[in-house]
Amino acid sequence: MAGTAVRGRLTWQVATVGSVTDETTSVRTIELEVPAWAGHRAGQHLDVRLTAEDGYTAERSYSIASAPGEPVMITVERLEDGEVSPYLTEELRAGDEIEIRGPIGGYFVWDGADPSPVLLVAGGSGVVPFRSMLRHRERIDASAPVRLLYSARSPGDVIYRAELDKQPAGVEVIYTLTREQPPGWTGHRGRINAALLGEVAWPAGEHPACYVCGPTPFVETVADTLVSLGYPALQIRTERYGGAGGT
Amino acid sequence: MSPVSRGFHGRRREPEAEASRVPPGQYATTDFPVLSAGPTPHTALEKWSFSLRRAGDTLKTWTWEEIQDQPAEDVTADIHCVTRWSKLDTRWKAVSIDTLLAQVDHQARFVLAFCDGGYTTNLPLADVTGGQAWLAYGYDGSPLPPEHGGPARLLVPHLYFWKSAKWVRGLDLLATDEPGFWERYGYNNYGDPWREQRYAGD
Repeated sequence: MAGTAVRGRLTWQVATVGSVTDETTSVRTIELEVPAWAGHRAGQHLDVRLTAEDGYTAERSYSIASAPGEPVMITVERLEDGEVSPYLTEELRAGDEIEIRGPIGGYFVWDGADPSPVLLVAGGSGVVPFRSMLRHRERIDASAPVRLLYSARSPGDVIYRAELDKQPAGVEVIYTLTREQPPGWTGHRGRINAALLGEVAWPAGEHPACYVCGPTPFVETVADTLVSLGYPALQIRTERYGGAGGT
Repeated sequence: MSPVSRGFHGRRREPEAEASRVPPGQYATTDFPVLSAGPTPHTALEKWSFSLRRAGDTLKTWTWEEIQDQPAEDVTADIHCVTRWSKLDTRWKAVSIDTLLAQVDHQARFVLAFCDGGYTTNLPLADVTGGQAWLAYGYDGSPLPPEHGGPARLLVPHLYFWKSAKWVRGLDLLATDEPGFWERYGYNNYGDPWREQRYAGD
């Protein structure tokens, strides 16, 4: 298996918050000025550490939203019972300093060298690492055709809508809205299922690379369905997030 | 010295009794989140087996029923995932790895666990013996669900939980250490949560 990531210690460093951009009412993109960033690959994540005045710290991991070579960005969704995400999405502002370390993870990555078709399946803020991949594809002018199937609750919950709607040739973005559709919506409705995946997914015979990112139940369902459509399990890379994992 | 994050107070502080059981950088949760690199395998019990192998030779294989016949223990343990959640007092039904290793002759110093789905993880023999590691097939009074590694997973609670390989099908007994799946992708080779060994070099 390729992708060996041997390197020295990942040290914490202080990053300065550049711009912050509200993507939806609960999702914010934060640009970080990182003095010694070693560079990242599309799909990797980084760790954030916050420190309270009494020395208490909290750490979390976030997917990197920007392409390799671009300023480091993370996109954070506010979780109602969260400890770190409400701070990052509501309190943090330009000029603040936070500690980060990274990049982390060498498996859920796409480098763009392989011309095989790519299927990206996102649930909610699971779309974040895919923005890094799509931006990377455009920056390096990669030839691999990409389909992004993106499930969101409502039109207002779609992250990066403007950017996703103007992708270059070779990229198709297919939305499905699960709870609320705008008037005149002609796109897909409801949760991703075998019928929709069968329609959107590249034929298994084309050896597509497949990435699935979202909440655990979403990823379980999509990955199981792709296996049933004939995708080899080893071609399906998954990233699950969220504390709500049931039991 | 970490800079203070302006306006951050934190609120997930554990009660005193729990705090000493939660390693640095972790928080206690009552959920049981799921993390894996690919789809969840669903292996039928009649096709399942657990093997000890050495240099390509299978030294011993147990069927599902034969594993059920091994002496099982009720294990209560705190578990710690590298993604920062810890879960206290998890209850498992499991067979000690000591019990299985005692049934073969070997001089291994390391093991590489292998699993359905292609996942592997490496451990020193000293960390899977002496009552520190189990083959777990029951969780909280029920069969271990597939998304949590069922039918059976390793349980090595003193290391980060990626070492407790899901869907495990056996151990390769090795003379020299060989990095497993996440260990080749930048995660720590050993993974002691109390020394916060998350990534290579920690």
